[in-house]
Amino acid sequence: MVNNHARAVRAAFMDYHTHSTTGRRELQMARSMCWHCQSEIAGEYFCERCVKVQPVSKELDYFTCLGFPRRLTIDQNALESKFYELSRAFHPDFYHNKSAAEQAISLDNSALLNTAYRTLRDPIQRTEYLLDLEAGAAKEIRTSPPADLLEEIIELQDVLDEYRATDRTSGTEAQLRTKLQSERAALEQRQRDMETQLQRLSTQWDALQDRGEVTDQARVERDRILKQMREILSNRTYVRNIVNNLVATIA
Amino acid sequence: MARIVGIDLGTTNSLVAFMDQGTPRVMPGRTGRTMVPSVVAMTDNGLIVGDPAKEHLTRNPERTIYSIKRFMGKGLADVQSELAYFPYHLTEQGGVIRIKVGEKTYSPPQISAMILKELKHRAENYLGESITKAVITVPAYFNDSQRQATKDAGLIAGLEVLRIVNEPTAASLAYGLQRRTQGTIAVYDLGGGTFDISILKLKDGIFEVLATNGDTHLGGDDLDHRLVDLFVKDIRAQHRIDLTKYPDHMQAARLEGEQAKIRLSDEFKTTATIELPDGQGRFTREVTRDQLESMTMDLIERTLVSCRQALKDADLTPDDIDEVVLVGGSTRMPLVRQRVHELFGKPPHYELNPDEVVALGAAVQADILGGGTTDLLLLDVTPLSLGIETMGGVMSTLIRRNTTIPASTKEMFTTYVDGQTGVDIHILQGERELVKDNRSLARFRLKIPPLPAGVPRIEVTFLLDANGILNVSARDVRTGETQSIAVKPSYGLADEEVERMIGESFKFAAEDLKARQLIEANTEAEAILRATEKALKQGGNLIDEQERSGIRTSMAALDSAKAGTDHKLIRARITELEQSTHHLAEVLMDTSLKEALQNKKLSDLT
Repeated sequence: MVNNHARAVRAAFMDYHTHSTTGRRELQMARSMCWHCQSEIAGEYFCERCVKVQPVSKELDYFTCLGFPRRLTIDQNALESKFYELSRAFHPDFYHNKSAAEQAISLDNSALLNTAYRTLRDPIQRTEYLLDLEAGAAKEIRTSPPADLLEEIIELQDVLDEYRATDRTSGTEAQLRTKLQSERAALEQRQRDMETQLQRLSTQWDALQDRGEVTDQARVERDRILKQMREILSNRTYVRNIVNNLVATIA
Repeated sequence: MARIVGIDLGTTNSLVAFMDQGTPRVMPGRTGRTMVPSVVAMTDNGLIVGDPAKEHLTRNPERTIYSIKRFMGKGLADVQSELAYFPYHLTEQGGVIRIKVGEKTYSPPQISAMILKELKHRAENYLGESITKAVITVPAYFNDSQRQATKDAGLIAGLEVLRIVNEPTAASLAYGLQRRTQGTIAVYDLGGGTFDISILKLKDGIFEVLATNGDTHLGGDDLDHRLVDLFVKDIRAQHRIDLTKYPDHMQAARLEGEQAKIRLSDEFKTTATIELPDGQGRFTREVTRDQLESMTMDLIERTLVSCRQALKDADLTPDDIDEVVLVGGSTRMPLVRQRVHELFGKPPHYELNPDEVVALGAAVQADILGGGTTDLLLLDVTPLSLGIETMGGVMSTLIRRNTTIPASTKEMFTTYVDGQTGVDIHILQGERELVKDNRSLARFRLKIPPLPAGVPRIEVTFLLDANGILNVSARDVRTGETQSIAVKPSYGLADEEVERMIGESFKFAAEDLKARQLIEANTEAEAILRATEKALKQGGNLIDEQERSGIRTSMAALDSAKAGTDHKLIRARITELEQSTHHLAEVLMDTSLKEALQNKKLSDLT
């Protein structure tokens, strides 16, 4: 416990220390000095001198953690390979004969790695995560479902209420059921459309990032993409909840 | 590096395996059998475990404990519906089931520890070294309490449990290792008391579990109970006897049901025979395979519901599954094979011995931990969602089911009232919305410095380790100081109680040791008495009468010590006898040496 505290203090000191050095790799680790032998480490997962595993910084974003640029299109196979490779490096199974300190690092690193992989593997979660990282300001933007969707949903709620109230054996029940089923199909189609839109925006985002411009125009473009993605994501969640509710009612 | 063994602690049978130069192997006992029945008999002559305990099932039904695994990590209310099937007495103490045998009570981990000790001895005898470390398997769908109870059992048995491994995952390790399989496999594991389905991706030595599902109260026992119900009903109708009032006959009915079920995997009909109480003759009934199948169809269907859920969670269809592997004795039932075949659209594999494959996998995992196997890695998941109770009795999920472990999540807690000094946290496991429908794992009280409302910030970390066991830690964000938390398990033994049981177990271990030392001293005494008798016959005439009677006295003294139970006295008498025969031995040696030399001379001459 005392050890943890000391580690935190030292990590804070190291953060300060890393500011003087440049380069991306240094930022990957919690600090630039090995916790065990105090030798300089070049940001790898293991100290070159004493071969001890190094803690991955808790502040590290999941893209960097898995060694991917902050893009929305990710090669699933490459991601999986990287996950397997790092699992082999960090998994507690391989630290049974090591010191308690190394076991603790292995456990923390593995847990972080698993969360990072789970988040990036799924395109929706990946986009949500990127929005959290990038769009601190966009978070404040209030989104509400577009008028046409809202209208459709209010109408659907009425049908659902009516359905719940009807006698299960009556002809009206079957009629309403058919209606609800076609509503469901329509909403699911809508959900798919949104995902297609999201994919298009992802491509735009990646292209913008690849260009790496720092002009005002690029900044406006960036905010537009992020805002649209956030809107689509929240509408999608909205539609998905409605569909789930619908499925549960007619089941 | 001390050797680590792999143990399959099963509902019906248990096994111990080790890695023998890259190949996992199950260790047989003296009789050559690899399975140790998970049966413990508490007899007047002491504790009996395994095969010899089985004969006490009907002879001594109230003192013979079987299927203890069903009660691990459970409260009495959890098992109310099946109490009638068990002839031994169950009570509850401190939220944990206890088995009452005479005046004494035992917790399920203590009974399991007796089985584990038997396996430990078996491994020690087989390998000729002391065994203190093990990997133990549990059903994938075991919750936190059940896993913790299994770990406790290991501790009580004097085993450091390095890892709790899920049974279907262990089976996949053995299977994948043997067949060098790549692709997506489904492991269907129907054992004596539990059912698991796990879907895994095997690629380049990584065994990644994609989803798991199951039922920790569905297995061969439940199939047997259906037959018992049938027998009880028929006996009541035909003979006006309520069999449930006779524990020994109920036990006989259960065993006959089990045997009939097993026979029906090979035959289309069989006859079950049960002796009636008080010499009222015997009951016989023909049971056909069709009848058994229609009686148990709903249970098999329940396993298929789990399979479909696991597929859905893994986002796969049956077509995506490359191979289906059957594990557990109950998968010998033709209906199971047929239904699994139909669901996945391909014939399941059952080439590996379904009874041994889990233990073999445990041995592989033990070797990974020991550093022997370095190219394989299991990435397992937590079977059940983990969360905490929030306002209105609703569970708020922190870690979702099928999340790869280790997994961690953090929650920030603060206060609602000025000067509040604590927050009660209730940890839950399960998939339902409401707290009352989920499993209560533990409660703890977070201490908070008395400050204005909303100012304190306590960060609580929930960490599921590679065993799927929850660890909770807390940190005061303002001061950076770590807080200790005393977590009170809802269904587990308190730490102190486990300590006490370990202590008791060592006390018994001391008794065990004494018994063993006595046996060894006796064996040695018999050997030396025989040797002395033989020496006297050969060379008695070479020593004088006084010496001869001295030896006879020592022999008599050893003989009488042997009749007692003091192994130290026996050892002392052995030493005395050795001293008194010292001269005789020398004389005999001289004589034989001379003979040998003479022989040599003769042979030299010829």
